[in-house]
Amino acid sequence: MDKIITITENISFTMTDSILELSYLIASVLFIVGLKMLSNPESARRGNTYAAIGMVLAIITTILFHKQDGQPIGNIGYILVAIVIGTIVGWTIAMKVKMTAMPQLVSLFNGMGGASAALISLMEFPHISAALVAEHGMMNGHVLAILLGLVIGSVSFAGSMIAFGKLDGRIGDIRSPLMRYINIGLLVIVVGFIVYIMTLGSVKIDEITYLIYILLAIALVYGIAFVMPIGGADMPVVISLLNSFTGVAAAMGGFLYNNQAMLTGGILVGSAGTILTVLMCNAMNRSLLNVIIGAFGGGGAAMVHEEGNIREITLSDAAVLLNYSQKVVIVPGYGLAVAQAQHICHDLDKLLESKGVEVKYAIHPVAGRMPGHMNVLLAEADVPYEKLIESEHINPDLPNTDVVVVIGANDVVNPAAQDDPSSPIYGMPIVNARAAKNIIVMKRGMGKGYAAIENYLFFNDKTRMLFGNAKDTLQALVAEIKEL
Amino acid sequence: MQEILTYFFEYRQMIFVVVLSVFLGIEVISNVPAILHTPLMSGANAIHGVVIIGAIIVMGHAESTLAMVLGFLAVVLGTLNVVGGFVVTDRMLDMFKKKPKKETKN
Repeated sequence: MDKIITITENISFTMTDSILELSYLIASVLFIVGLKMLSNPESARRGNTYAAIGMVLAIITTILFHKQDGQPIGNIGYILVAIVIGTIVGWTIAMKVKMTAMPQLVSLFNGMGGASAALISLMEFPHISAALVAEHGMMNGHVLAILLGLVIGSVSFAGSMIAFGKLDGRIGDIRSPLMRYINIGLLVIVVGFIVYIMTLGSVKIDEITYLIYILLAIALVYGIAFVMPIGGADMPVVISLLNSFTGVAAAMGGFLYNNQAMLTGGILVGSAGTILTVLMCNAMNRSLLNVIIGAFGGGGAAMVHEEGNIREITLSDAAVLLNYSQKVVIVPGYGLAVAQAQHICHDLDKLLESKGVEVKYAIHPVAGRMPGHMNVLLAEADVPYEKLIESEHINPDLPNTDVVVVIGANDVVNPAAQDDPSSPIYGMPIVNARAAKNIIVMKRGMGKGYAAIENYLFFNDKTRMLFGNAKDTLQALVAEIKEL
Repeated sequence: MQEILTYFFEYRQMIFVVVLSVFLGIEVISNVPAILHTPLMSGANAIHGVVIIGAIIVMGHAESTLAMVLGFLAVVLGTLNVVGGFVVTDRMLDMFKKKPKKETKN
């Protein structure tokens, strides 16, 4: 009888283990399928849901069935409270935030993941088994996974917080050639410190626990210094890069706990994130190395252009010009988004269409603050998907266009990208606005764009400026056209 | 050399998973149109929230007060990453869905 009980216990023991591993397998498959579906507009939303289901499954089965050295998960009450708090806060922030603030939000959540990974390493370090250290010294895969998880997670956390601050306009850039050397120096110190800890040999872990806090501090400083000099237009690339960092940090946890869901999920994001980073760089015609070490903007300050005069246009002239055009192309930029003018812009577009004018939108791949950001913003205002044309497809059409209306965009229409090899944005594909018959630029003032580069499209003979807040100007313009 | 080979053998299964996942990640992403870069980044961001499993495990075996506090914090932050990430991605993609649309492929 006793025997039977032991056998059943053993069976149930392996059964829960099997269920856990099976659910991790299903979760991994859902992550992969979800990510694949996310890369197609038709299936993207379902893909996101699939990945979320995989995550919920992995979390629930971990709480129920996970065992470490035969011990089930304890502190379940606290864990559930923590999850509830995280869910409420995360859900509220995610639902409330404005679409224009999307990039910094992604950065914020990314930082949370990085911090979580770093905390795990922080707690696992004192628990490194004495037997392991006695046998192999500190030079082993377990210690390496802990240290790398800590460093990568901390860098991702600190860097994401700086990126968040920058995109939110709370933190400025530090652009100094000195930062490059400071960063290289810090990186050497971080790597050196990891090597130092791993070569300590047979030590007592509790005697060297303080070392992990020193490493944490250095990694945080490096994360800050890493993002500090990177400016303006390159921030989305940095967020994408930090995103893949956090993926790798999560995968380190997978090594630590021999956990396949963390391993596949983390590495998948790590590699996909890296490719995404490279794709974004390509869209802006910049190399990743350039983004990381080269200070954007600032450079090429000595450029001299034949500066013509700025010519303004009155609202009524602009209204007449638009009203009697056949083909109008709107080039929206971040200025449109911050003014929350996407709805009134769509009104203008509908009004013109009702008068027989053909209206299209030229969407630059990096319009807004992130690739695809502008599409999200215009979709929010119900602008039909078919009217959003990617810049490379609309450029051949621009010479036949009567008016190009540039609303709060700057760098993406800057001809310097085509003409001026000394310009930091030289080679970046642009919306070739100057090819159109007339150009109207709506701008708040003569300030430079996000990349802080002079834009001599504004001095072009065909260009007329319409100064003011995009929303107010558009509203006035719509009223003016209605009266014609 | 001997040591490296020993480590490789010891961790061979995980190394296989890692190497294959790297290629899988590259393969899965490589055809994405630029308009989906932002939602994709956001979705991937939510997926690395899988780090929460580690946080749950470490919290589940925490004994000292310090470990409890840190573990609690790790679970909260991990949940923020997961929930915030998925919800924000869904919100973004919801906007693409309102109107029937054509495929845009580069």
